[in-house]
This record gives sequence, C-alpha cells and structure tokens, in this order.
Amino acid sequence: MKAVRTILFAWAALLALLGLTIAASFAPLGHALPFVSYGVAFAKTGIVAWIFMELRVRDGLQRIALGAGFVWLAILFTLLFADNLTRGWPA
Amino acid sequence: MTDAMSHVNPRMSQEPVPDTAEERVSYLAEGHSLRSWLLTTDHKRIAILFLLSITFFFFCGGIAAALIRLDLLTPAPDLLSNDGYNRAFSLHGIIMVWFFLIPSIPTTFGNFLIPMMIGARDLAFPRLNLASWYIFVLGGLATLATVVLGGVDTGWTFYTPFSSTYSNGAVFMAVTAVFISGFSSILTGINFIVTVHKLRCPGMTWGRLPLFVWAHYATAVIFVLATPVLTIALVLVALERIAGIGIFDPRLGGDPLLFQHLFWFYSHPAVYIMVLPAMGVVSELITNAAHKQIFGYWFVAGSAIAIAVIGFMVWGHHMFVSGQSPYASAIFSFLSIVVAVPSAIKVYNWTATLHKGDIVIDGPLLYALGFIGLFTIGGLTGLMLAMLAIDVHVTDTYFVVAHFHFIMVGGSVSAFFGALHFWWPKITGRLYNDLWARLAALLIFAGFVMTFAPQFLLGYEGMPRRYHVYPAVFQPLNVMSSVGASILAFGYLLPFTYLLWSLRHGKPAGPNPWGATGLEWTTPSPPPKHNFETVPVVDKQAYCYPVGGRSEDSKPATQKAEPGDG
Amino acid sequence: MAEVSRPQPQFPTLARQREADHLGMLIFLTTEVLIFGGLFAALFVLRAEHSAEYVKSSKGMHLWLGGINTAVLLTSSAMVALMVEAVRAGRARLAKWLLMGAIALGLAFLAIKFTEYALEYRDGVVPRLSPGNLQGGPDALFMDLYFAATGLHALHVAAGLVLLGSLIWPFGAARSDSSAAFAGNAALYWHLVDVIWLFLYPTLYLAR
Repeated sequence: MKAVRTILFAWAALLALLGLTIAASFAPLGHALPFVSYGVAFAKTGIVAWIFMELRVRDGLQRIALGAGFVWLAILFTLLFADNLTRGWPA
Repeated sequence: MTDAMSHVNPRMSQEPVPDTAEERVSYLAEGHSLRSWLLTTDHKRIAILFLLSITFFFFCGGIAAALIRLDLLTPAPDLLSNDGYNRAFSLHGIIMVWFFLIPSIPTTFGNFLIPMMIGARDLAFPRLNLASWYIFVLGGLATLATVVLGGVDTGWTFYTPFSSTYSNGAVFMAVTAVFISGFSSILTGINFIVTVHKLRCPGMTWGRLPLFVWAHYATAVIFVLATPVLTIALVLVALERIAGIGIFDPRLGGDPLLFQHLFWFYSHPAVYIMVLPAMGVVSELITNAAHKQIFGYWFVAGSAIAIAVIGFMVWGHHMFVSGQSPYASAIFSFLSIVVAVPSAIKVYNWTATLHKGDIVIDGPLLYALGFIGLFTIGGLTGLMLAMLAIDVHVTDTYFVVAHFHFIMVGGSVSAFFGALHFWWPKITGRLYNDLWARLAALLIFAGFVMTFAPQFLLGYEGMPRRYHVYPAVFQPLNVMSSVGASILAFGYLLPFTYLLWSLRHGKPAGPNPWGATGLEWTTPSPPPKHNFETVPVVDKQAYCYPVGGRSEDSKPATQKAEPGDG
Repeated sequence: MAEVSRPQPQFPTLARQREADHLGMLIFLTTEVLIFGGLFAALFVLRAEHSAEYVKSSKGMHLWLGGINTAVLLTSSAMVALMVEAVRAGRARLAKWLLMGAIALGLAFLAIKFTEYALEYRDGVVPRLSPGNLQGGPDALFMDLYFAATGLHALHVAAGLVLLGSLIWPFGAARSDSSAAFAGNAALYWHLVDVIWLFLYPTLYLAR
C-alpha cells in the first residue's frame, strides 16, 4: 500500500539522518556542529511529524496545535538567550 | 418597567414566575446526593464545585492578608515575627494567585457559560473537566499541608537560590501544591480550546461569538502554553531541594537567573490569565448595561488574542534589577510598552459602547465600571513600571504591590463579583436585591481605593515590599491602608449575605431578567442539564440589542434564530 | 478503547468527536513539548555558561548506546505508524503484532537506558551516588541534568508503553475501529516521546 511504502521510506530516511548526525559529530566541524546536529534533529522531527503523526493529512488547526509548542519554545529561547549571551557585553 | 422601585433593578423584565415543572428539570434538581455532585460531568455542576472551592481559598488568602495588614498597622514587628511575616505574605500570594485568581473566572463562569454561550450541551471533554476539579482540590490540600507544615517564607515567586538551597520552610510541599494545580489549568485550557473550535452551534461563527468566549479562548491558549514551563521550573526547584543538583546554584555551575526566566515566562502570561476573563466579563456587562452593540467588536476580540501572544514576550520586566543583561531589559521594556496597547484599546471600546447607550445603573454595571477605572490606573502604573528608568527605583517597593493589586483585585475581583451578580439569576434561578448589590459595589470600590492608593505613595517614597518593619514616617499611610482593607473585607462579605439569602427568599428568575442577548439567556433559569432542548441556531451578531435601547414594547432580542425573524 | 457507534451528547456527529479528540491530544502534546523545553533551556544555559565542561561531559557519554537507542525508538515509531494503518485496513492481527513489536522495542529502549545508567554508576559519574570521581561543579550539573532529562523521558516512555499496551487487549473485540481513533491518539503520544529523544540525543551525547 502506498501509505506503508511512505512509512517505510520515512523510516529509512530517519535512520540515514541518524547515521549522518553521528558521523558529523566525528567530523572536524567546529562551531558549525551544533547547527548540523540540530538541523538534522529538526529534519527528523519534521519527518516524524509530517509522516508518522500524519500532519500531512491533517487540517491547519491541528498543525498549528502541534507546532505552537515549538514556536513558543523559540520565543522562550530567543529572549532567554538575548539575556544570557549579552550579559558580558560592555554597557 | 420604567417606573423603578429603588430596591428592585428597574431593568428586570416583568417575566412570569416559572412554574414548578421547569424547576423540576433544572440541573440543580438532577440528583441531590453527594455522589451526584462529586461524580458529575455536567459543566454547570462542576462550575459550582469550583465556585465553592475558590471561595474557600479566597477566605484563606484573605486571612493571610488580614494578618499582613494588621501587622503593618505599626512600624514595629509586633504581631508576627520576621519569619512569620514572610510566611504570611508567601501564603497570601500562593493561595490568591494559584488557588483563587487563576481559576476564578475561567473555572466558574467559564465552565458554566462557555457551552451555553456557543449553543452546546457541554464542554468537549466533560470527564476531563471533573478531573480538573479533583486535581485542583488535590493541589489545594497540598497547600493546606504546606500551612500545617509551617508554611514557606520564599514569597509566591520562589526565587532561587533561596528557595532551592537556603530556605527552611516547606518549600517542597508548596511547589508540589502549585505543580499539581498546574495540571488542573492545562486540562481546563485544552477543554476550552477544543470546545470553542468544535462545539459551536449552527450559525455561531467566530464573528458572532460573545466576547466572553473570545477572552476565555485567549486565556485557554495561555493556560496551555505557559503552564508547562512553570511545571518544569518547579520540578527543578524540587530536585535541587531534595538532591542538591545545583542547577540554580552558582557555586555549582548553575544560574539562579534561569529560574526567574522560566518562572516569569509562565507568571507574566499568568497575569493575563487573571485579567483576560475579567475583560470578557466586562464586555458582557457593559453591552448589557448600555443595551447597545459593542463598539469595535473585532478590535476587542483581536486585542484579547494580541494580549495573549505579546504577553509571552515581556516577562523580563520582572527582572530589570536581577542582573539581567541591560540589552535584554531594553527589549523587554519596549515589548512591555507594546502590550499595553491592546488593553487600552479595550478600555476605549467599552467607553465608546457606553456613550449614548440606554444605561441603567445597577450592581453589575457598578462592578464593571469599577473594573474599568481601577484597571486603567493599574495599567498606567504598569506602563510606568515598564520603563527602566522608573522601575529601577520603584521595583520591590509598594509601588509594584499597589500596581498589581489595582489590576488583580480592583480589576479582576471586581469583575468576578460583577459576573457573580449578572449571572446569579441564571445559575441559581433567583433574583437578588439590587440595592444591596450597589451598596456592596460602592463599599468595595471605596475600601479598595483606601487600601491600595496609599501604597503607591508608600512605594514611591521608598517603602520596600515584603517588610513589616518600616520607618515610623510611613505609619499614617499604612494605617490608612489597613483601615481601607477592613472596609474592603466588609464589602466582600456583604454579597455573601444577600446572595445566599436570595437562594431561599429571592424572587424566582425568568429566562432573561436583564433582557440580554446571549444564548445562555434563552434557557430557563436555572438551565436544564443539557442546556438546550434542541440545538439552537444563530442568525444574529452578539449584542444584537434593539436599536433605540429599551422601551416598553421592545422584545428582548437574543442571538437565537426565531421564527418570524426578518 | 473499543469503537463506539454513537457520539457523546455534546457532539453532533461522531466525526466531530474524533476531530475533537485528535485536537485535544495534539494540544496536550504541545504542553509536553513545553515541559521538556524547560529542561532543554537548562541544558543550553549550562552549555552557554560552561561550554568546556559541557563538551567534556558530553564526550564521556555512551554515544553508541544512545545512537542504538535512537534507532530503536525510530523503528518503534515506524511500527506504531504501520500499526495505525493496519487498524484502518481492518487487519487486527497484523496490528496486534506490530503493536507488540513496538512495545518490545520500547522496552528495549528502557533496558538499554538502564544499562547506560549502570555503566555510568560504574564509571563513577553519577553525582553523589557513585563513589568518588565527580565533585560539584558544571560536570556534575551536566550529569544531573542528563539524569533529570532522560529520567523524565523514560517516565514518558513508560507511560507511552502503558498506553500502547492498553490497545492490545481490546483489539480482538475492536475489529471495527476503522477510523483508528484511539489507536491514532496513542500513536501520536508515542511519536512525541520519540521526537523528544531526537532532541535529547544531540544535546546530551553529540556536543563536541
């Protein structure tokens, strides 16, 4: 069935991304590593949300309902780190 | 009807007294056993359960307030010890915030009215609603346990590292109590959001929703997005307390400010949880008092959403002197000024609604006017506090205490009493004596101003908050505040007398004593268990009051589609 | 549990009730995201303020065990997604086997997790509990947050397993759960538990 194939493809993609993120942690990426790691984490989350959690067939309200948590965390982190990262700056 | 007897609300329509057949089907009559109440899934009964619970906690918090104001009559620490005073204001804050104000309007009037206002038979998840009450009670029991264990001295704000490391109070039990109550909030929030999305009756579009529903929708969004962060903040404090992990302890690599960020990320939106439902109530009361369409419906509805969203971005204004980066403080200051705009919009819209309205002055209107006046003062002083240059001087003084009491007490509690009076006939099926209602409203207003206005002056002069020892020069204002508090207390007690008296001796109420337009007024008073015999159909805007105000022959119009409507 | 054929009185149709159930579950999942978000905030603050110790502690984590656990959870999620499809197709026995496989993998996750905890105890990096190596300080704080975060996550894994387990028993009777309503909601919870781990893994194990 098409749905089964989609799920299996998603699973394969997820495992590939897992391999990528582990490999990246051994590569000499320096300060770019967190971007790769979290980029991959978001990509995996996207696949799980879109395909496994079926956001691709749900209506906008349901997508907003699940997405709101992540958006609100972004608000928390942005303003929290606006403080943390600038505490040492000259006045 | 225009010939008013002074003790009877002149607006009350001369409806026929309902017969006993109607009373027999009221939700109050569906079972009289304790079990039928404790295992109910009827949103109206659950609202009553919450009403009884929060009233109990209002008294508890009030006793703590009485201790505080009594102690502050003199500059010396003569009533309570230093530690005792710390415990008194901490318990006052914890109980009033989490066990009275935050649940107050949403779990009582929100629960009772939202399904009725949208033409639904109940909330989306009735059993979750009951679970929410039980969880609330469990949290309340934990709070009482905190009192029995001697209380906490950290303030309701639980700042670290004092709460996590140094305090000798019952911090663990206190944070557990609040932790538990958070789940009650979250369940209510989920219930309200899903209900408004999925259970509106035919014709009840978003643009026809009463503003009370919009306000509670916005509140529910805050419940759901803010409370979990408090939950984890309290878990971390508890972990640090019992396991000493050092997350907030700078000696162990932790950051005490992290707690304040997580705490205020919740607690600032929490103040909007406390005020948005009150604003929803005021919209209902003002439109009914003026018998007129709201001025700027979409502005009022949209401002509720705007307050809910922007309110999440301002929390750092509680941390201006905490060591927060001045750059972040500047951002928070700017956003805090921005968030005042939608609140102001609401005040303008209510005022414009009253303008040229066919106003009759009765108890509910006086409470609503009290809200508008006191909220405006509280809000303006909030703007002052949003400005860094002022805040660094008056933070942690009585100026801040006065500011938030003007909003939470002058505002929200006044609106709560307004709602209690306005919907009392619907909830209980009884009318009360309006003369007493107006007297109570005026006493509350006078007592409130006498209590809290001096505190602005005290704070500006430099009296710190949470101190019960103060320079003797501050005593006159403190005495005035305490005397005001006793008047306020009397004002709050008064409705208990005449409202409870009306349960037995009040005139039975018809479906729509105020001639109001919401769907809740199309049902008998009190309503039957499933609210509506048949699901209503709506074809009119909210507040569809007949143009030209009240007159002898104008039939009260409601949103419900009636046969013979044009 | 078993499929009901009539909606509750407040819902006009069964379809509307199912939409409400899904929406309610998604909102609940958002609250879970925010709870864990607070823990992530603590971890990120620690990383920002003590990055050297943070990286050193992260390098001491069992990267491969964590990686295997990630694969385990991802596979378990895939099986749950397949299970929901099977329920929709009316294939109750296939659904049951997929469910049991998913639960087995979930249990494997917990087993590997506790093995890691045991290894960490043996390595002496459990603050206050394992003898000797770790004094107070940012490295101890890292480990404390690691235990707090993975411990809370493990609790949610256990809750998810209970939820999934509750689907097995009625399946013999619920062959007509053709909309996979309850199974779908349980699956959503399980997927979220997976998503949380997807962020825990790089945060704790892969900080270099």
